[in-house]
Amino acid sequence: MIDVDVARQVGGFNLKVAFSNADGITALFGRSGSGKSLTIGLIGGLDRPDRGRVILDGRTLVDTQKRIFVPAYRRRIGIVFQDSRLFPHLGVRQNLLFGRWFAPRAARAISFDGVVGTLGIGHLLGRAPAKLSGGERQRVAIGRALLSCPKLLLLDEPLAALDAQRRSEILPLIERLRDEFKIPIVYVSHDIEEVSRLASRVVVLERGQVVAIGDPAEVLPMAFAEDARTERASVLAMRVGARDEAYGLTELVHPAGAIWLAGAHGAPGTRLYVVVKATDVTLSTVPPEGLSIQGALKGRLAEVEALGPLAVAHISLDGDGTLLAMTTRRALDRLGVKPGQAIFALVKTAALDERFVGGA
Amino acid sequence: MQDFLGPDDWTAVFLSLRIAIVALAGSLPFGILVAYALARWHFPGKTLVTALVYLPLVIPPVVTGYMLLIAFGRRGIFGQALADLGIVLSFRWTGAALACAIMGFPLMVRAIRLSFEAIDPNLEKAASSLGANPFFRFFLVSLPLALPGIVVGATLSFARALGEFGATITFVSNIPGETQTISTLIYTYTQEPGGDASALRLTLVSLAIAFIAIIASEIIQARGEKRLAGGG
Repeated sequence: MIDVDVARQVGGFNLKVAFSNADGITALFGRSGSGKSLTIGLIGGLDRPDRGRVILDGRTLVDTQKRIFVPAYRRRIGIVFQDSRLFPHLGVRQNLLFGRWFAPRAARAISFDGVVGTLGIGHLLGRAPAKLSGGERQRVAIGRALLSCPKLLLLDEPLAALDAQRRSEILPLIERLRDEFKIPIVYVSHDIEEVSRLASRVVVLERGQVVAIGDPAEVLPMAFAEDARTERASVLAMRVGARDEAYGLTELVHPAGAIWLAGAHGAPGTRLYVVVKATDVTLSTVPPEGLSIQGALKGRLAEVEALGPLAVAHISLDGDGTLLAMTTRRALDRLGVKPGQAIFALVKTAALDERFVGGA
Repeated sequence: MQDFLGPDDWTAVFLSLRIAIVALAGSLPFGILVAYALARWHFPGKTLVTALVYLPLVIPPVVTGYMLLIAFGRRGIFGQALADLGIVLSFRWTGAALACAIMGFPLMVRAIRLSFEAIDPNLEKAASSLGANPFFRFFLVSLPLALPGIVVGATLSFARALGEFGATITFVSNIPGETQTISTLIYTYTQEPGGDASALRLTLVSLAIAFIAIIASEIIQARGEKRLAGGG
């Protein structure tokens, strides 16, 4: 377990971050410039905090009061950077094995073949990094960090430089790493989809400060409540219900109703997080009939937030959770719903693909 | 070929090569170290060190030679102590190698420093996160990546050594068989009546050596770059 409590000032930017991780993936979530990468540098030993402590599995890596600073190369913390940073003068195999030489013999529990197999990079071993695509490069970088047999893996926006398709190829790999190699991971991202899918715990950073820590379903909506961007989304905790094999759909159940999702999404009863973009929600004062939209969630209008000609309706769903819906201000006015009144939120199923869903 | 140059000429050619190679071999490790320190480290007095390293580039070679004589002459500041240890540099070919090494040092350091500076420091950080201590980081990452610059720096220093005249002749004179190099022998020929033909032949040899050195360096460099681009 990593226990972090650090402060660092860089120019006019003040970072003050304290959190500890749990098993599985802990996400550091926040917009760019919120101090995520700086925090990774402080944990990994690439940067020194002005004040604070970093403790990994009971071993003090940094304690400014006791004047302890363990250099990065003795921390046994693997880092995967956004820009992969493969050594250009070495081949893929040599890159993968680089960290292995430095890992204590007894700690080399992770097998080369296992990592190569899981990441699907066997056919790349003889190549030079310059000849790899972005996605391949990032898979090799993940393998290289894993093969150094770290006690903690830091992934610093590993998918940010990739297009949506590469991203959807690598995301499941990271899930498999989490499950197969049992190395705790701190995952930095500003992408709500990645975080809700991967993380069991989220630390939300804003302007160098921790604003929330906890369960993704609890914390991510809070992170978004702070968000002034026009792209808004909500995270709903749901359960897998029935499956419609004939149409290839899965029912996701919420106390406020159910929505149908394309594809198979785990055994019935599995808890899932679904990210619903505010622009994919339609509002109605009556239960839906004769519409192509199949999923309706019942709730009450909590508040309306005006964004120029647009408005974001915050809907308290029956049971639990808040759903955001974006419409024009005029449409909302014509609907004539006042805060506190019942409302149906219609979620367009086709807008939710599996990347919008995360396991809990 | 044997007749193309006289025995004195051949002696001077081989001596020049020996001096240049020894100067290069002796100064290269220091050149790499200084270049790395200047490229990567921040330390007090860095500007002074930089100035000292580049000094031979801007002061007249004769002045460098004379300062070497003051320092390493038999009665020089270090010369006396070294003489007690049995090491004499003045008026010896080893002294010529020292003079050549010093004259070529700025060119060598400059090329290698640029090469180190061009390496993404993030690669060294990545190596660090993988468990490589500073020693391994240097030898497994920085040094191989700086290889093209090291080849350029070595070539420049080698060429400078072959062409070195002022500092050499001032510090170790122009003694046939001991310190008479291609450059100083060409100078000697031009001072003699009828020496023009011999001077021209040596000039051609000098050109040929320089040409081979440059081509060899280009080939090594191209190979290195091809490797980095993923061709090899």
